[in-house]
Amino acid sequence: MNSYSRSEPTLSGAGYVEFDTDVLVLGGGPAGTWAALSAAERGARVILADKGFCGTSGATAAAGTGVWFVDPDAAKREAAMAGREAMGGYLQDRRWMARVLDRTYRNSHRIAEWGYPYPVDTAGNRQLTSLQGPEYMRLMRKRVKQAGVSILDHSPALELLVDEAGAVAGAVGIRRQRQDNWLVRARAVVMATGGCAFLSKTLGSNVLTGDGYLMAAELGAEFTSMEFSNAYAISPAYGTVTKTLLYGWATFTYEDGSVVPGAASKGGRSAIARALMQGPVYAQLDKADASTREAMRASQPNFFLPYDRTGIDPFTQRFPVTLRLEGTVRGTGGLKITDDSCATSVTGLYAAGDAATRELICGGFTGGGSHNAAWAMSSGSWAGAGAADHALRSGSQRTSSRAGTVGLRDRPGRAFSPAVLTKAVQEEAFPYDINYFRAADRLLGSLQRLDALWREVSDAGAADRAAILRARESAAMLATVRWMYRSALARTESRGMHRREDFPRQDERQRHYITTGGLDDVWTATRPKADAVVSEAAE
Amino acid sequence: MIQVIDPETCTSCNICVNVCPTNVFDQTDGQPVIARQDDCQTCFLCELYCPEDALFVAPFADGPQPIDITALKQAGMFGSYRRAVGWSEETRDARGGDRSYLLFGH
Repeated sequence: MNSYSRSEPTLSGAGYVEFDTDVLVLGGGPAGTWAALSAAERGARVILADKGFCGTSGATAAAGTGVWFVDPDAAKREAAMAGREAMGGYLQDRRWMARVLDRTYRNSHRIAEWGYPYPVDTAGNRQLTSLQGPEYMRLMRKRVKQAGVSILDHSPALELLVDEAGAVAGAVGIRRQRQDNWLVRARAVVMATGGCAFLSKTLGSNVLTGDGYLMAAELGAEFTSMEFSNAYAISPAYGTVTKTLLYGWATFTYEDGSVVPGAASKGGRSAIARALMQGPVYAQLDKADASTREAMRASQPNFFLPYDRTGIDPFTQRFPVTLRLEGTVRGTGGLKITDDSCATSVTGLYAAGDAATRELICGGFTGGGSHNAAWAMSSGSWAGAGAADHALRSGSQRTSSRAGTVGLRDRPGRAFSPAVLTKAVQEEAFPYDINYFRAADRLLGSLQRLDALWREVSDAGAADRAAILRARESAAMLATVRWMYRSALARTESRGMHRREDFPRQDERQRHYITTGGLDDVWTATRPKADAVVSEAAE
Repeated sequence: MIQVIDPETCTSCNICVNVCPTNVFDQTDGQPVIARQDDCQTCFLCELYCPEDALFVAPFADGPQPIDITALKQAGMFGSYRRAVGWSEETRDARGGDRSYLLFGH
């Protein structure tokens, strides 16, 4: 439990613009926009608040992504579900995979009806397995507005409102281009704030700092699979374009030009990480033939910007690469989902997209962009409908108070420096020898430093207005890495993307989920996986 | 990182101020300014939304780079991303040009 009073009265008056609504959606990426649409279609009044601009904000808008879209053909669906089960450590849930495939199929056809320019192949078939980010999110913004949703751009949420029964009752934030604040009283809230990539500059992800996790944790929300949070993506060493598909055609080399053994985009990324710990690593897309090169250029124009603008021909010349941490954005951990409507452990709070766990369809290994895209549009639709239904059966507005803690309340200490804290958190979260390749002693050492940092920030006074967003972001990143590493310590095996050097093998007795939560005191617990229990009983 | 708003072509429409997801630009009485360059995440989206191709984002994430506007213009760098994704009038056909389906499963 945290040490702050939750009984402070709701502030209003000067400097605030206030709204009353049924559903408040926090985050305007794919999950948030699908949630807002879905809630509005259910008859709810909806407000969507985005930290940046709904339409450009988040990992999808800047990038574009494959979509886990599979025709409703029993054999194809079975293959799609079975194909990644071993990689994910058998932590996926077949029923959820099937319903995500169904929902993604339906939603993709809606996107087509709305006029998204899906390509048509030479046989005349429309191809729905990929979405161009800027195009997709521009369309989603348009649909959300047409559905009557009010959008608050550049309006980061800082804290949730909570009622006397502990249910979420809205949120408070700032309007950073207007120098004032917003307060939304809502009967249900959808958390669609994305994951946490620790300001690593992985493409489009610097708005993804775990803000929603922190706000939800302040209401006691539970998280799951946070140990599966060490996704790293390849990019040019100097650049941000972390689109890894095309590196499937790359050869990776050391400084001297010799090939890095075992290095590959898929199934050999750890070899790249190990080589980067010794010195620079170079890539060259030398395995792409002429027609592949042409398809690459047409499909991923932004992949080529870092090369075209530095005069590098990536097919014939080698260039330095690095791995940027994608954290929980391409991990599978997040807010624990408690039912089919994507409810969380907090009454009235729903979770969608990367803010929610993706363990249900990915288990312990990222399904990459395509699974996350399918999850975002599916969980967004369910969370929006769930939130609308919850809101419409709730009574009138209740008395609420602010649930925010660090950076927001008067405390004895001096306000902390967000820049200093961010750097300190990155020094724990980025290193391959702490996060990518894990071992108990290094995780414990890191956690000691992180816990000490948490004690400092929780004793620190309120940040001033100019620093408040950065203060909350840095505190959220600190909270996130502590859940990640506590969970990583609790899983004494290697499974999915979680690799323990001291426990290199998968342990069948640990085919369970790890739940975590807490701010002052981070806790972990194990939860059985339903069919794992059944198969054990049958032995 | 965003490097420049070309004063010759910018029409002060302020779209960049609105669409930048990390709030890098500030509106002024005249043309908008790059007010928080360090916050730029090098996502290139401001270029896509600029109807005048007045913005240039260098691909270097970690710091500003000296640039030569005239040379970049001659090299066709202003607006190159917008043309490539089909968001400019003369390249509209490129919007449906995604061939990712040929690349998946490699």
